[in-house]
Amino acid sequence: MAELTIISPAFDVNEIRKCFPVLEREVKNQLLVYLDNAATSQKPQSVIDALSHYYSNYNANIHRGIHTLAEEATAAYEATRVTVKDFIGAPSSDEIIFTRGTTEGINLVAYTWGRQNINAGDEIIISAMEHHSNIVPWQILCEEKKAVLKVIPVNDEGELLMDEYRKLLSPKTKLVSVVHVSNALGTINPVKEIIDAAHNIGALVLIDGAQSTVHLDIDVQKLNCDFFAFSGHKVYGPTGVGVLYGKKKILESMPVFMGGGEMIKEVTFEKTTYNSLPYKYEAGTPNIADTIALKVALDFMTETGKEMAASHENDLLKYATQQLETIPGLRIIGKAKEKVSLVSFVIDKIHPQDIGVLLDNQGIAVRTGHHCTQPLMKRFGIPGTVRASFAMYNTKEEVDRLIVGLQKAIKMLA
Amino acid sequence: MNNNQTIEDTEAGIIESFSWFENWEEKYEYIIELGKKLPALEEEYKKDENIIKGCQSTVWLASEYKNGKVFYKADSDALIVKGLVSMLISVLSGHTPDEILDAKLGFIKEIGMMAHLAQTRSNGLVAMVKQIKNYALAYKSISVVGKTI
Repeated sequence: MAELTIISPAFDVNEIRKCFPVLEREVKNQLLVYLDNAATSQKPQSVIDALSHYYSNYNANIHRGIHTLAEEATAAYEATRVTVKDFIGAPSSDEIIFTRGTTEGINLVAYTWGRQNINAGDEIIISAMEHHSNIVPWQILCEEKKAVLKVIPVNDEGELLMDEYRKLLSPKTKLVSVVHVSNALGTINPVKEIIDAAHNIGALVLIDGAQSTVHLDIDVQKLNCDFFAFSGHKVYGPTGVGVLYGKKKILESMPVFMGGGEMIKEVTFEKTTYNSLPYKYEAGTPNIADTIALKVALDFMTETGKEMAASHENDLLKYATQQLETIPGLRIIGKAKEKVSLVSFVIDKIHPQDIGVLLDNQGIAVRTGHHCTQPLMKRFGIPGTVRASFAMYNTKEEVDRLIVGLQKAIKMLA
Repeated sequence: MNNNQTIEDTEAGIIESFSWFENWEEKYEYIIELGKKLPALEEEYKKDENIIKGCQSTVWLASEYKNGKVFYKADSDALIVKGLVSMLISVLSGHTPDEILDAKLGFIKEIGMMAHLAQTRSNGLVAMVKQIKNYALAYKSISVVGKTI
């Protein structure tokens, strides 16, 4: 593949790799090839250090303490909020709510805005390529409110049928909740178009950014989405912390989610008044350490250069796609024109799990199964796929290992 | 088939076979071969109640109780899992409910398969063993109250 330059002069993947200690480990006596980044990315040393530094130096509960440790912890925690705001182009850090992850962000909206605004006969639109996290909360809500869930279909390439989407929009549509990038197919959805069309009929839009935030530039103001949710652990940050962005006006009008400490202004047994944004939605002691480390992860991405990382990842995608297509009987699932660096495939007469087991024995980590998108798998008539998903630290040599590993697995299973 | 060997004997035989393998490829080729050799389950048994459904692949497990012994049949859409379930059945099928319930199945660990397949949610070996033992327990209770099925 001589025409592909994988390493651009300004982006040194070998230097990047040195930042991720896990990449040095061996699995089954071979250097690990980690291609399960869409499930969770590995963490740079700086993120790991930030966690340990917090617990070693300034572990304290935040916001109300008057001692030095509490002040330091509060400052670091709130600094993450500002970094997140800049990272996704939000107008105000009051609009950044810390959650456990994308799933909690979506549920927060379903349980607060949804319960307040969805009534019998209303319609919520999702797409056929949603993760279960962006299906089930709306199903629960629709069942409770006797509302209707509508689904935008996908074509054989794994792209949303936008004409069908426009046909689904009606005065009954109250919310459109779609995934920015498909975790199973890699498709980048035309969310700007989706948002504008929904706004034209007065519906709100939630974007599930779990997969997009690590690969694409996110600007929630340009997108003009009403809500945007993502997870820290897929952007080189720790598990257990995520972000929900919401437009201030909407967040202010929504009822509270969980009750408890931190989210209150004043409590009496007769009545409780609630704290202002964003604390209104952050009941209880939050995940302080992981939130603090999330800033380090986002800074790491910014310093590396998101655009250069994306360009490197896209080169890997192109190379991997070309190489995979040379394997007889292999069929790529998801051939959208716009994709992130993730490739899902099936092999004739071979179950994805068998491939996964045999790749693991060669030190190669991929994901196999339905990727929590069972309706989508049904749409393609398959039980699941093998998915290789790339991050900034992956290399062309690792793609080669995948190909050789696959050929070996296929030979063993034939 | 009637199993004249004890469960421990069959386990020992498997451990012996595996001790000859020099690398992981040989181990898995053997398991894959077992999977291929296990006859496909007749469609009538491939019903929902026989499914041990997990995140990754589907395992069907059916059983029959004859002359005080439990006989198992199984299938899977994934070949390695099918090979593993085939091995389990070869060890446990044709024994009494008590023998099956008492089986420690140390061979799974001995042949290095425990860590590997226990993790994939309910579809690991653990789930299969549990279902196999559940059947044995059910037959035991039935035989105690003197009913036939």
